[in-house]
Amino acid sequence: MILAKKLSHNFNKRDDDGNVVEVIHALKDVDLEVRAGEFIAVLGHNGSGKSTLAKHINALLFPSDGEVVIDGMDTRDAASLWKIRQEAGMVFQNPDNQIIGQVVEEDVGFGPENMGVPTPEIWERVEESLRIVGMLEHRKKSPNHLSGGQKQRVSIAGVIAMHPRCIIMDEPTAMLDPGGRKEVIRAARALNQVEGITIILITHYMDEAIYADRVFVMDGGEVRMSGTPREVFSRVKEMKALHLDVPQVTLLADELKKRGLSLPDGILTDQELAAALGLEAGAGKA
Amino acid sequence: MLKDITLGQYYQTDSVLHRLDPRVKLIGTFVFIIALFIVNTPAGYLLCAVFLAAMIKLSRVPLRYILGGMKPVLFLLAITVFFNLLFTPGTPLVSVWRISITREGVSFAVKMAARLCFLITGTTLMTLTTTPNQLTDALEAVLRPLKALHVPVHEIAMMMSIALRFIPILMEETDKIMKAQMARGADFETGNVIRRAKNMVPILVPLFISAFRRANDLAMAMEARCYRGGEGRTRMKPLVYGRADYTAYSVIAAVFACCVLIRAAGI
Repeated sequence: MILAKKLSHNFNKRDDDGNVVEVIHALKDVDLEVRAGEFIAVLGHNGSGKSTLAKHINALLFPSDGEVVIDGMDTRDAASLWKIRQEAGMVFQNPDNQIIGQVVEEDVGFGPENMGVPTPEIWERVEESLRIVGMLEHRKKSPNHLSGGQKQRVSIAGVIAMHPRCIIMDEPTAMLDPGGRKEVIRAARALNQVEGITIILITHYMDEAIYADRVFVMDGGEVRMSGTPREVFSRVKEMKALHLDVPQVTLLADELKKRGLSLPDGILTDQELAAALGLEAGAGKA
Repeated sequence: MLKDITLGQYYQTDSVLHRLDPRVKLIGTFVFIIALFIVNTPAGYLLCAVFLAAMIKLSRVPLRYILGGMKPVLFLLAITVFFNLLFTPGTPLVSVWRISITREGVSFAVKMAARLCFLITGTTLMTLTTTPNQLTDALEAVLRPLKALHVPVHEIAMMMSIALRFIPILMEETDKIMKAQMARGADFETGNVIRRAKNMVPILVPLFISAFRRANDLAMAMEARCYRGGEGRTRMKPLVYGRADYTAYSVIAAVFACCVLIRAAGI
């Protein structure tokens, strides 16, 4: 579905006269393969190149070297540009800066309008998309009157209305409160499990990554680690070296293990730890 | 609180006028303004007044909202009347020192005042019954012929609607920046005008930077959603004329024709 081969991207830093003073290697030889229907999380701290990677998948940026192929279409091929942008939708970080319409339903209709979808079908798509993200009752409202989580769900609906096969979410929860974060992650998981849409979630919240099928950890423009969340998070030391945290339970389990308790690697949830310690799952909060 | 500001001055209610196609209202208002400048006799003004009164009745907008639209221009109105009254040459009615009020001056001032009042009431009525969004759509549709002259009609309309969408967001941001600066001891309330204007700089700089950043983000989000200008675009809410719209056009045409006839007959 998504294939990146030896993908590199350089930004040129220019001085006031427009001369290149420094070349920043935002991505270095990234190899990535995502299969249809997967839920992928990409982790990394600021400047690790994860947003740059996301923009390549949507053909908003083009490789300096290497190639990105979406569903058999090379992103550098101008003829398939719009098809790629339709198939690989993108949700950005700031909900205010990606809502174009002044009414929720008009914003969701923006993508299909651009694609030239006939009017009656736009209405069907808008209704369907808003229902999927649970925002149908707010369809006539102004986006300015919604909470952050609701706005982000509208943005997701706007992407779904274009009938994509894959949605890239570039830190969709970074500007939200905990309640809003939960709403958005729930919507993303539902899309993946119910609608079968491939999700690429870029985040720096570790607890959002535990739901993924596979996790990629990026640092300095390179993919440093990859695997299932269990595999990646069990390497606590390596994660720390990349200045990344692991979920708190995982950390606790790791500390307990160091003190001599025998526990399995890569514990991801409270329940798992409780079970491993032989406690009742419900009482496991202690 | 800032979230709730209404743009333009749309008055939400359900009336025949609210339901009319925005194109009809836009063109209708335009024709009405032309008619106002065609008529020059009491009969003509009476016709316009009756038409306007009928429209106000149809719109179901409370009268005080409509008269509220007059407030900002009262000053302008007063000046116009004042100068017309005093400086129109003709047969003097009253003379004080070297200034005299003439018969022509009085009639001209009254006509001018009536024209301005009707004009403002008419346009206010349009903005009260049409959302800014509908107006933008109507403007795009009405100006479409200009595309032949390479006027970027779709782009202008898109810019207007994006501006409308971002006004409340930027207002809120201004409020936030002001509070942040005040918390650090900035003073926006004292001093003379120049001083106060100078003190606004620390608000404007971050506001502009943020506006540019937002513009950049938004452009990228629009491209990601396949936006590529007006070509090949369909509409979710296309403007379609209904029966009421044709009736409205006929009424406007009839009123306009009457105005022209009154002028020609000189009644």
